[in-house]
Amino acid sequence: MNEFIFFINNVLISGLILGSIYALGAIGVTLIFGILRFAHFAHGDMMTMGAFIAFLLALGASALGIHGPLPNGFLVLPLAMVITAGVALGIDRAFYAPLRARGAKPVTLLIASIGVTLMIQGLIRLFFGVGTRSFFESEPKHLIRIPVPLDGVTRTINFTEPQVLMLIVTVIAVLVLHLFLTRSRLGKAMRAMADNPDLAQLSGINTALVVRVTWIIAGALASMAGTMLALDVTLKPDLAFNIVLPIFAAAIVGGLGQSYGAIAGGFLVGFAETMAVFNWAVLLRPFKSVLPDWIPNDLSIVPTEYKLTVAFVILVIVLLVRPTGIFKGAST
Amino acid sequence: MMRRAVLLYLGLFVLVLAVGLVMGAPFTVRLLVEAMAYALIALGLNIQWGYGGLFNFGVMGFIMIGGFAVTSMSMPLNMSFWQSDGPLMLGKVALAGLFGAGLVLGANRLERIGAGPRLKRTAQVLAWIVAYIVYRSQIDPAAAYIEKQAGWVGGLGLPVFVGWIFGGLLAAYVAFIVGRISLGLRTDYLAIATIGISEIIRALIKNMDWLTRGTLTVSPVPWPVPLPQAYQAWGVENSTSFVYARAGYLALIALVVVAALFLVQRAYSGPWGRMMRSIRDNHIAAEAMGKNVKARQLEIFIFGSVLIGIGGALMTSFAQIFDPGGYQPINHTFIVWVMVIVGGAGNNFGALFGGMFIYVVWVLSEPVSQALFHVLSQWTLAFGWGAIPDIESRSLQMRVFVLGLVITLALRFAPRGLIPEVIRRHS
Repeated sequence: MNEFIFFINNVLISGLILGSIYALGAIGVTLIFGILRFAHFAHGDMMTMGAFIAFLLALGASALGIHGPLPNGFLVLPLAMVITAGVALGIDRAFYAPLRARGAKPVTLLIASIGVTLMIQGLIRLFFGVGTRSFFESEPKHLIRIPVPLDGVTRTINFTEPQVLMLIVTVIAVLVLHLFLTRSRLGKAMRAMADNPDLAQLSGINTALVVRVTWIIAGALASMAGTMLALDVTLKPDLAFNIVLPIFAAAIVGGLGQSYGAIAGGFLVGFAETMAVFNWAVLLRPFKSVLPDWIPNDLSIVPTEYKLTVAFVILVIVLLVRPTGIFKGAST
Repeated sequence: MMRRAVLLYLGLFVLVLAVGLVMGAPFTVRLLVEAMAYALIALGLNIQWGYGGLFNFGVMGFIMIGGFAVTSMSMPLNMSFWQSDGPLMLGKVALAGLFGAGLVLGANRLERIGAGPRLKRTAQVLAWIVAYIVYRSQIDPAAAYIEKQAGWVGGLGLPVFVGWIFGGLLAAYVAFIVGRISLGLRTDYLAIATIGISEIIRALIKNMDWLTRGTLTVSPVPWPVPLPQAYQAWGVENSTSFVYARAGYLALIALVVVAALFLVQRAYSGPWGRMMRSIRDNHIAAEAMGKNVKARQLEIFIFGSVLIGIGGALMTSFAQIFDPGGYQPINHTFIVWVMVIVGGAGNNFGALFGGMFIYVVWVLSEPVSQALFHVLSQWTLAFGWGAIPDIESRSLQMRVFVLGLVITLALRFAPRGLIPEVIRRHS
């Protein structure tokens, strides 16, 4: 049984956590693609930026002596989301809107977003240095261990408080987004514009407003994903740049422009990554006495150092077999 | 337009002269060699993006392939590998690979013996899984054995030129595979796909210690011309010997760049170049005219990658060290894009100028931004805020910000570059 608990900890829980992060990131990418029709490469660094904004706010809260029942980094999250959404709007106004007004191709906007990526990275490293920081320098990170009431089981199911919060926050974000997209007037306008921008404009939808709302949602979600990721692991300048590829893989696998597809894609990629690097020989260990000797001790599908390639292989397979993604995605 | 190009090149010449006066000749000659290598890479990307409109964001991967190729060709033989069981085990790996490839190819052709689509799909999946397991069962013990017995497989001891050519060929081969997979995709998918592929190439080269020595790095990679040490042995003074040796390399690399420029310029103005531009500007119309768009795009993707691979090989053999950990998307992909965009996509002289100019500015910006930060630090000290900490690492990050700013500003205010593409009108 101990081996099975090990499997739960290393595959199910970490897959769930990784999947939530990818899903939150991929929703932002897919929303921007659906409305503005370009792959926003700077989304990863918007996540990092959001995390650093939350970090500054949490420092400020600690300095004011605020200590709630939950981590400070989590308490300041709403404010950080508002600020990041504002910055996202500013970035759009300064760098993307002029190109759109000129009628530039989506490719040009993608290159511009890479420029924005470099600018955000440069600024973050300029002010915060290249070192690693933690939200839990002044307060403890609660570890939750659940013992399994079975004979002979010594391992416990482990997860941390930020991970629980992350799952709750992801579920809430997805629900709110779902209600917004299906019930509110603005959400319906967004879906209409994602479907057919010209027709939406003809029907009297204020497309400029829709674009602004898209950036606000994308910025807020990016800040949320980045902060939750930084709470789970540590805060560093390349926090989200390293996972921008799996995020894009998740968005494309789910079908670009499809919010629900992005969620499915995020969890698919997250679980695929953890399952691919898991050593399946661990599960066979209890049966070692009955199994033949030639079964090797390491049965992981890919070595850990190639974890990044898993997302990409999934992406390539999906692109070859079903280019529109699992859910039928928008096309340009 | 001609006058503008001449003026810009004159300005670059004056800039390099000024650098030479301030920083000394050995530094400047080194700078020129590296700038030439980047210019060659920029030419390669210019073929892909400027001629063909293809979106290659995996420049770093092809540079690494060139570097790996020249290292494995020109390094001397590693006798402890050849005298061990390593070659035999690698032979088995090759057999396993061939078996797997045969299996996959067979599954792909299954409909010829009357298999339905569902059966074929199942067989394909099974073939891939079996091929992967068979290959892994051979490569894992072989890699572990070689790393333990011999460190790595070593080079082949061939002349450096062979390594350069092999760098181009290997890049062409990888480009062929990458292109076959991803060129049918839309432009933005292609961008993501190429970024991903270059990251995979980096992960492979970094972690296949048995083949590349990984992060342990390989040095000294041989030079095609006499090294400074050789000149010193002939009695030349130390600093002069560096100038002589690097000037020799510079002559060689300049020859390669001029040859490449001549060839791509000829191709650009010929019917082939016209066809490529027509595909870039309107691939539907080109297809209607009977051009095989996919095959042509694959062709141009391969040609561009060859130049990038050779450029990477030139860079590695000049640096005399192959360090897979030293390759970064910022320094090897994005900066090349800045070179092509700022220089002028679609114009070879523009790409060449952009390559050299941006590289010189990039290198110079390090001491300049450090000096700037020291001045700022003096001010903050004077205001009583204390000095700026970690000036060295921070000022380096300033360059990344400026690079991003240059991209966005260039796209907004000079989208066609400093030396734009000349659009000829036939009336």
